Amino acid sequence: MKFLRLIWANLLRKKARTTLTIGSFMVALFLYGILTAIRAAFGGNADVAGVDRLDVINKTSLIMPLPYSYRDRLAAMPGITGVTFATWFGGVYQDEKNFFPQFAVDPESWLKVYSEYVLPEDQRRAFLADRQGCLVGKKLAKRFGFKVGDRIPLRGTIWTGTWEFNVVGIYDGDRPEVDTTPLLFRYDYLEERRNFGKGTVGWYVVKLANPDDAVGVTKRIDDAFANSPYETLTQTEKAFAASFAKQMGNIEFLVLVIGSVVFFTLLLVAGNTMAIAVRERTNELAVLKTVGFTDLGVLGLVMAETLLIAGQGGVLGLALAKFFTLGGDPTGGFLGGNFYLGTGSLGLGLALALAVGVLSGILPAMSAMRLRVVDALRRV
Amino acid sequence: MVRVDGKGNGTSLVQVRDLDKKYQRGSEEIHVLQGLNLDVERGEFVAFMGPSGSGKTTLLNLLGGLDLPTNGSIRVSGDEITHMSANKLTAWRARHVGFVFQMYNLIPVLTAFQNVELPLLLTKLSKAERRKHVETALGVVGLSDRMDHYPRQLSGGQEQRVAIARAIVADATFILADEPTGDLDRKSADEIMELLGRLVHEHGKTLLIVTHDPRAAERAHVVLHLDKGALVEGSAGGGGES
Repeated sequence: MKFLRLIWANLLRKKARTTLTIGSFMVALFLYGILTAIRAAFGGNADVAGVDRLDVINKTSLIMPLPYSYRDRLAAMPGITGVTFATWFGGVYQDEKNFFPQFAVDPESWLKVYSEYVLPEDQRRAFLADRQGCLVGKKLAKRFGFKVGDRIPLRGTIWTGTWEFNVVGIYDGDRPEVDTTPLLFRYDYLEERRNFGKGTVGWYVVKLANPDDAVGVTKRIDDAFANSPYETLTQTEKAFAASFAKQMGNIEFLVLVIGSVVFFTLLLVAGNTMAIAVRERTNELAVLKTVGFTDLGVLGLVMAETLLIAGQGGVLGLALAKFFTLGGDPTGGFLGGNFYLGTGSLGLGLALALAVGVLSGILPAMSAMRLRVVDALRRV
Repeated sequence: MVRVDGKGNGTSLVQVRDLDKKYQRGSEEIHVLQGLNLDVERGEFVAFMGPSGSGKTTLLNLLGGLDLPTNGSIRVSGDEITHMSANKLTAWRARHVGFVFQMYNLIPVLTAFQNVELPLLLTKLSKAERRKHVETALGVVGLSDRMDHYPRQLSGGQEQRVAIARAIVADATFILADEPTGDLDRKSADEIMELLGRLVHEHGKTLLIVTHDPRAAERAHVVLHLDKGALVEGSAGGGGES
């Protein structure tokens, strides 16, 4: 702590330069935060996917359906304790830009398999009782101001016509990462009104008795339906969520590329700044060594400066990004899923900022460490 | 008593024997110091003079452990410093040597107090103890009222006083001053030499300075001239009479 004043004084030596360097870290980490939130929004479900759930889709494509009759065959298989299913509806609420996902589900089994959805008991019962009932996620309700008792009209794009739903409940997640933007309505209502595709579902979700048995159950399911008109592809829920997200493009890759470019540029900027800072202080560093600072002590001082810059910029940038994401999806629904910056991502961001700080400071710090006092003083 | 013949009795504070220092400049080998001997007793004030390039600063750097000789030995207060590792030498320097430079070499972003405190940051002294030592050192150099001033707010003479306070704050065994008045006007130079003289006479410090200024050298007990890499005893300065 007694060296903090010296480190701080050095940082304040060129206020504009220090501020700009902290600013570059701040901007980079803000961008990291937003990109991470976007990635989470597209692939968010992959991160909260249950390890004890498998998703069963049509082997040809996710958009091809599976027969409703598979439900009982899946339920009868060993290692499976629960089966539910869903169908993508693709309705439009008032305007195309108001996009949010809607799924036709089997109410009872869905809420049993997706135990992370938190719903008051009376609302759960209401959902089971009302064929036109629907559940809206907390974020979706907030976005459009939906309340229990409201009536939501959706214009069908796959199954045409106007479909009306009664909001009977608003569900939340048991963790912040749980996606609460979809609308869930009853499969029997869809089945009753749709004019094609009857007797099919979009995909199945099976709950495993033992997550370690996932490979065995996967094989058992796909083998059971092999060589049938509706062959299946069973995968972990995480893989399923990821493939769902990939329909929007390879977001993960985009985020990785943009993030890498940003951090590499930051590394060059910060490294150059620290190199200049050390070079113009050669004489002072020599004086420190003269009065008794060791080589490692001088290295530590320079590294501490870069880490302070990186840490401050990182914290500011991440705080800004967190604040920004607290407002929810800034696109008004295009991002759809969970535009959220979690604690893990914040921690990783800070670690990245500090890592860039270390990398950018290490060469200048080593040149300061290797400085020979006699040579440095002779240069003055 | 200062001796340059290498026949000291072995109890001197500083004992230099057969000191050689060579530099390589391109293909040319420059022999700066050749077989130099020196004995300095505790509490003595020695001035080194000589033309530019005669090796005065090199000798001071070697005595202060900032540089290593090509051959020979340097023993200070019983410690043989020429064979110490870099880290040991740094620790030794912090404990035994106070440096004063021509250009003061203060850290511009630190106040006078903080500059003087620098060597104490490496000790185990508490904050209160450090403060006490710094205030005492600044009191000795007459700058108690300038503690919170930054170097840019001080005159050249005052900056050099701060540098002297930094050199004495950790109670160094001896002080090495390289042209301490070289960047000062006559009046300030006299004040600085007066102050350095007081450190010797009133506080019992051992002082070795390099100077071009005969008036500064006059205050020393002994003036030694560097000639062809060896020390030649010169006249005793005025300091010897006081």
